Order: sequence, then structure tokens, then C-alpha cells
Amino acid sequence: MIDVKNIYKTFFVPHRVDALVNVTAKIKAGEVVVIIGPSGSGKSTFLRCLNRLDTANKGNIFIDGIDVLHPSTNINLVRAEVGMVFQSFNLFPHKTVKENVSLAQQIVRKRPQKEYQEITMSLLKKVGIEDKKEVYPSQLSGGQQQRVAIARALAMNPKVMLFDEPTSALDPEMISEVLDVMKELAKDGMTMVVVTHEMGFAREVADRVIFMDQGSIVEVGTPEHFFKTPEHARTKLFLKQIL
Amino acid sequence: MSSSSLLKKKQNRSFVFWGIIFFIVISFCIGGLYYCTLKIDYTWRWYRVPQYFYYNSETKIESENTGIVDLINKKDTEIVITIIDDNGEVHQYSCLEKNVHIEIAKGDYVFKGDILLTYNKWKVGILLQGLWLTLKVSIIASLFGMVIGIFTGFARISSNPAFKWFAITYIEIIRGSPLLVQIFIWYFVLGTLINTLLTQYGLLLIPPLWFGIASLATFTGAYVAEIVRAGIQSINKGQTEASRSLGMTYVQSMTYIIFPQAFRRIIPPLAGQFISLVKDSSLLGIIAIRELTKATREVVTTSLQPFELWFVCAILYLVLTFTLSMLLQYLEKRMINS
Repeated sequence: MIDVKNIYKTFFVPHRVDALVNVTAKIKAGEVVVIIGPSGSGKSTFLRCLNRLDTANKGNIFIDGIDVLHPSTNINLVRAEVGMVFQSFNLFPHKTVKENVSLAQQIVRKRPQKEYQEITMSLLKKVGIEDKKEVYPSQLSGGQQQRVAIARALAMNPKVMLFDEPTSALDPEMISEVLDVMKELAKDGMTMVVVTHEMGFAREVADRVIFMDQGSIVEVGTPEHFFKTPEHARTKLFLKQIL
Repeated sequence: MSSSSLLKKKQNRSFVFWGIIFFIVISFCIGGLYYCTLKIDYTWRWYRVPQYFYYNSETKIESENTGIVDLINKKDTEIVITIIDDNGEVHQYSCLEKNVHIEIAKGDYVFKGDILLTYNKWKVGILLQGLWLTLKVSIIASLFGMVIGIFTGFARISSNPAFKWFAITYIEIIRGSPLLVQIFIWYFVLGTLINTLLTQYGLLLIPPLWFGIASLATFTGAYVAEIVRAGIQSINKGQTEASRSLGMTYVQSMTYIIFPQAFRRIIPPLAGQFISLVKDSSLLGIIAIRELTKATREVVTTSLQPFELWFVCAILYLVLTFTLSMLLQYLEKRMINS
């Protein structure tokens, strides 16, 4: 499904930062991959490179066989197939919940009104927020906003969902409602790449865990292996600090 | 009495005190000004001002021939006078106005230049005409300025170097030179060029008014462009990322997500810009456009009442700008509520 080969990403902000150094990863269809690591380790950059919100400087990325970094690739088509959920929700504040979810279906997928309305309502129901459909995002709690953001991404019928620290900006009591939606999604067989600090989620839902540090993948394994018998010293140190 | 109500009472007393101070100072200023004008023997004649807004003019219809009044025919709305001149030719004068006074009688011998009819009619005075022209110029220039500004604003943040450099060049030239000079360039340089070329091709000339409007529109456009650019850049980058990550194109993301949000933010600075435009239109008098300021100047030279008329002129501008600012405030409130 996702095939990342030797990608590099360097920022100049203004000093040189090597955000990704020779990263290679393969993610199969239906797989839930959780990426963990200390801040500044390149997790988010990796995720953002997948749909070219950031452009990798070197290497190859294939999503469903499409060369993401090729100049002739229509990136908008790729992005429509790759849903993304952000740490800060990024809902459109001037649109109601319903409009947030239906807008891209309308103008990107060009679905007829009846169809996109049905899809919107069923998704809002799925994330448990259909009673707030006429409300503006500012009137929702963080957890509700993030669930709308998930519905918005799902509305495009993506083949992959990318989650960039979806619970980091939430109040503690709202984390579970978002994680529940994500677990439900994983159960439905969605391919998911999740950057998170929620170790419980990683342990419970992930098929594989990727640990990154300083722009490189340090260790990859099943949650079982990862949390119980980590091999690298860096991984051990990280787990010791957070658990 | 509780201390909180005592505090409240003290605050109220202080409010009243400073309110009174305000009105005293204002009255003192007005009174002082009036006193000074008395000292230089200026006679205030406010009653002379209204005639420059609206006046009753007497119109006379004169005979163009010499001859005998043959017939005065009064129909419901029309009066027809028939004069037969010395050569026996018949001339008719007709008038459709109301309240017409007939100055001659049937059988009178009239000479060329004699008055046949007089009537009174209310006419719009020069100040009101000037006000209307100011309003017209401001509205047209605002609309064009807005369109130019939005396009330039987008060009300014475009990644296309040609668009970007065109926008920067335009903005810097306009913002770096005085409006007065720009008006001169539009009128004396571009105006001469364009109209001379048009004459060569036998086309109609463009009246000076449109060069004046063009100068104001391009001037405002540059400032609106900067306001638009700032408004768009003030929208969180996450909004662009979210919309682009859904597969929207740059144009879709701008039209549906970024610009609608930016537009709400730019209404207050836009209001300021348009108010400036109304005031800057006073410079158009120098290229013979008789807007409010030019009209006032003309009236002052004939009436010799500069004090009243310049105050009236200022108040008329104030009425325009205040209405405009109220209108935009209403618009802003309505947009926030929706």
C-alpha cells in the first residue's frame, strides 16, 4: 500500500535540520502502524511527506503504486485518497459541521447532493456527532472537533488514513472518545499510520510499531516485541522515560 | 451603605465630572472661534448657504423674432405662443413648465429679446452637485480599487515570479509616490497620450473624470492589495494544509477556505481605506473635476463666505465617511453573526 524508499528531508529554518535521514518503510493494506518517538524525531515530517504536505528531498514514495514525488503525478488525486487528521483539528471555522464534512465531497469528488448528504450524515453518525451537524466548530469541544475532522477525512473514502498526534491537543477526558473512533476504524480494516504518544493505543491497536529518533527509524516491531523486549538502547531509554 | 455601592457612587460622580469637562472644553473652542471672527468683523451669513444646495431659479423665455403676438394658446400643460414677424413668417414658442407667467398679451408687438414667459423652478445647487460627484467618483473608484486590490493581493503571494514581481512593482510605485503626482501623471501624461491616440483613430475621447477615477482606483488598489495579502497570510497555515490534504486545488482552497475567512478580517482595514479614498477624492479638483472641494472653492470665490462654506464642506465629507463606516460596521457584524 505505502512503499517508502530511502527518503531524506532537510529543512533550513534557517540552520540546517535533517528531519528525515534515509527512511525506508513498507505499510500493507489494512495495517495499523503506530509511529512513536521523542519530539523532533521526524515522525510528523514522515507523515507529512506521505501526502506531500512536505516534499521529501530524495528517495521514492509510492502510495497504491503511484509515485508521489514524480512531477507528473497529480498530487490532488493522491491526497484525496489519503485522509489526514491533524493535531490542531484544522476544521474550517466559517463552515458548519455538516459543511466541513461535505465540502470536499462536493468540490473534489464532485458527488451529487443527495449522495454527499447521505455520506455526511452516516459519517457524523459513525463518529457520534450527528446532533451537532448545524453547529460551527468553535461551539464544539476539542474531542468533538477532532471527531468531525476524522469524519471529514473519511468522507473522501480514503485508502489510507494518516493521524498526526490526533489526541495531543485534547483535554485528558476527551482523549478516549477520539481513540474509540480510531479503534473502530482499525477494526473496519482501514490502513492507518498514526503518530501518537498514546502508548495504550499503540499496544492495543497497532499491528506494528515504528520507533523513530533523530530522523531515522530505530526499531520496528509488533507491539508485543516493542514494549516487552526492545532491542536498541535508545528504544529502551525512551520507553523507560515514558512508561 | 455597603462599600461597593459607595465605590459605584464615586465612579458615577467621576464620570459626570469628566463628562462636564468635555462639554465645557468643546463649547469653549466653538465660542472662542466665534469670538475671534467677531474681532475681525466677519459677518456670519448662514442663510446664504442653502441656496448652494437647492435654489429657485427664474427662467425667462425670450423672443427671437420681431413681430406681432398672434395667438396665446393655453392647453392643460402646454402654452403655445405664435408670433408672426414682419415678413409674415410664423414662429411658435411652446413651454411645458408649471407656474408659468405670461409677460405679453395677444396683439402685442414684440422685439427680438423681449421676454415672453417666465417661470420658477427648483434647481440642484453646485454644492449638492459636487457632493454627488464626490460620491460617484468614490464608489466607482472603490469598486475598481477593490478588484485591482484582490487580484494584486493574490499575485503578491503567488509563487509565480512574474505575477509576484508585477505586484511588488505596482505596489511599491503607487505607495512610494504622492497621489497628487499620480493624478497629474494620469491626466497630463496618460490622458494626453490616450486621448491623442484616440483622436488619431477617430474615436471618442475619454473625459477627464475617468482619468481621475483611474488614478484613485489604482492608488487604492495598491493599498487594498497589501490589506488582502496581510489578511490571507493571517489565516492559520493549518487551514491550507487541511484543505489541500483533502485534495482541493490551490484555487479551491483559496476560494472556499482561505479567502472567506480572510475577508472577514480585512473588512475593518478596508473600511479605513475607502474612507481615505473619499477624502483623497478632494484632490481631483486640480484636474478640473468639480467634486465637493472644487465646488466649495468656486462657491467661496463668488459668495465671499469662506468660513461657513468650508465648515459645510467638512461636514459633508464627515457625513459621507461616517455613513460609510457605519455601513461597513454593520456588514462586519452581520458576517460575524452568520
